Amino acid sequence: MDTVNDVEADLRFQFKSETGEVVGDIMRLPLDCSKEQLNLLCNGILDNEDVVPYLFYIHDTEIVNNLKKSIDSLNLKADEKVLDIIYQQQAVFRVRPVTRCTSSMPGHAEAVISVNFSPDGKYLASGSGDTTVRFWDILTQTPQHTCKGHKNWVLCISWSPNSKKLASACKDGRIIIWDPFSGNQIGKTLIGHKQWVTSLSWEPYHQNPECRLLASSSKDGDVRIWDTVLCNTVLTISGHLKSVTVVKWGGTGLIYSASQDRTVKVWRAQDGILCRTLEGHAHWVNTLALNTDYVLRIGAFDPIKDSNKDTLDENKSKSQEFALKRYKEVIECTGERLVSGSDDFTMFLWNPEKDKKPLARLTGHQQLVNDVKFSPDGRILASASFDKSIKLWQAKSGKFITTLRGHVQAVYMISFSADSRLMVSGSADSTLKLWNLKTNKLEFDLPGHGDEVYAVDWSTDGLRVASGGKDKVLKLWQN
Amino acid sequence: MPQNEYIERHRKLYGRKLDYEERKRKREAREPHKRSKVARSLRGIKAKIFNKERRNEKIQMKKKIQAHEEKKIKKTTDQVSEGALPVYLLDRDVQSRAKVLSNMIKQKRKEKAGKWDVPIPKVKAQSDADVFRVVTTGKTKRKAWKRMVTKVTFVGENFTRKPPKFERFIRPMALRFKKAHVTHPELKATFYLPIIGVKKNPSSPMFTSLGVITKGTVIEVNISELGLVTNSGKVVWGKYAQVTNNPENDGCINAVLLV
Repeated sequence: MDTVNDVEADLRFQFKSETGEVVGDIMRLPLDCSKEQLNLLCNGILDNEDVVPYLFYIHDTEIVNNLKKSIDSLNLKADEKVLDIIYQQQAVFRVRPVTRCTSSMPGHAEAVISVNFSPDGKYLASGSGDTTVRFWDILTQTPQHTCKGHKNWVLCISWSPNSKKLASACKDGRIIIWDPFSGNQIGKTLIGHKQWVTSLSWEPYHQNPECRLLASSSKDGDVRIWDTVLCNTVLTISGHLKSVTVVKWGGTGLIYSASQDRTVKVWRAQDGILCRTLEGHAHWVNTLALNTDYVLRIGAFDPIKDSNKDTLDENKSKSQEFALKRYKEVIECTGERLVSGSDDFTMFLWNPEKDKKPLARLTGHQQLVNDVKFSPDGRILASASFDKSIKLWQAKSGKFITTLRGHVQAVYMISFSADSRLMVSGSADSTLKLWNLKTNKLEFDLPGHGDEVYAVDWSTDGLRVASGGKDKVLKLWQN
Repeated sequence: MPQNEYIERHRKLYGRKLDYEERKRKREAREPHKRSKVARSLRGIKAKIFNKERRNEKIQMKKKIQAHEEKKIKKTTDQVSEGALPVYLLDRDVQSRAKVLSNMIKQKRKEKAGKWDVPIPKVKAQSDADVFRVVTTGKTKRKAWKRMVTKVTFVGENFTRKPPKFERFIRPMALRFKKAHVTHPELKATFYLPIIGVKKNPSSPMFTSLGVITKGTVIEVNISELGLVTNSGKVVWGKYAQVTNNPENDGCINAVLLV
């Protein structure tokens, strides 16, 4: 063994996964070892057949150039001899950034309030203030069906995880289920809510591949669970004192609901029993996000693998298993995490399955937080606020990463690309902006809307972005 | 003259005559017969007057019946209100912001032509004699080449006076204005906004270059605090407005934003 007096030369390294599993042996590495070389080494240790891109961290700081530089910047303690290199797998595929507007589709006679791609990424639906729900053919970029049935503004729409149904809710509190293939109503109108419906959430695919149950939250303070086949209410969950702003159906049989009464409540979906109340916010809770949102949304589809092929397995038990397996991969590291954004300008990070105490409080915004999203890989958290900025946070710890500035008015909505490398945001200043999360910089400015952008959605296969707003047109953005 | 309401008092104490209601009903039932008899027997101007009255009566009656019937029918088609908002804005008092007004191309074109569709299209021309007062100079006050502007003016931030010998136009400090009350015609709200410049004084190009503000003058105002944005997502900074009052008389500038 060569004896070098330098402390750094004495360092040894150990690869670890995000969950803390030790991989390979403790080894000595040349300090000029670059990121690419680390990547090759890591792939070799893990016996990967194809080379998978990884990111490497030492003490939560990313290795950008080579080992030496990041060690120098850390100023380690003298007694530290074995350093952990944490590796994070990146998405194998890449979503190309959208750069242009490929079509503006007029049709709605009023502001477009909600836009949503189907879980398989092949259908697009929008709800509008002109009381209609419209389906659009995204391949020819033309209107497909116009669904009339509501009597008031269509406030929210939601696709079932098997892409075979679309639920829409209006300001009168009625919910209608539509068939996206024919554009006809399925069953009866679901009547029960006394005031407008604020959000809709389907039962996760891995729990029930039939896609039968739907949860809805309303201004009247109730959460209702509907049977969309029999068209009746299965459960009415009441407990909130004020308007319920969001409902999310978690992957472990829990329903999370946020309300203007400053609480987030966790319910058991099976019987509607209150499990715990998460308190901490000082004002209305506006938004909720789960780190499993993306995986729950796509259900058993694999939209990235091949967008042309129908990726849903016909065998339901098989596809359910597939969905469950993928869901478990996502929650393996941290479990299901919940984040809530509020009018008190802060966010809380919760571990709602176990604890009623928050894991972290994310402060920094100077105006109310309107939208919070986890990246599909569950590592980054983005929050859009009325203070014109978007802030990025580490999803695991809630540590602040950076602020994205560029919008000149309130940011209404954000949407991640499927590979978690890009994000698009819609704002009151009538533009969309595309952000690169690698560099944390503005990638493209996408002007084109005539007025405020209310809704943005990135398709699950990453090919398209759809946006709608006050100027009544629906715009599709592509590479 | 009756003293006190003794009839009412009697009624309260003893009630009405026992057959009062029946007689009343019968009298009312007889009424149409009586009226038709009158109608048949009337001649001349009296008949004319009677028919006119009767016609008006019938119209009122029909209207009343119609109104009652409308009340009975339950309205099925409720009008959907305009200005749809997403869920996250429903509980917030969003001020109605006028649409993105500035169509840049349109504005540029107009600028070139120098014509605007303005709220006050015809303005009384201001003659030079109205606007300028002759200031006599020289030791014996014989020279009369100097002019003083007697109207309100806007003088830019970086203006420095020329030496008195070369200064042909004097714009008095007391008549210089920096801000104007600008009304947004769609928002129906007024804002006190800084003036950027005088775009056009319809009376004369010389007034424009001097910054004279009279009624009908188009001025450019700084509207950045209104928070309007262009299509490309930039905040609109300057916009034109037309002066609607006589600033020299009122001591303030009122203007309407040109949308």
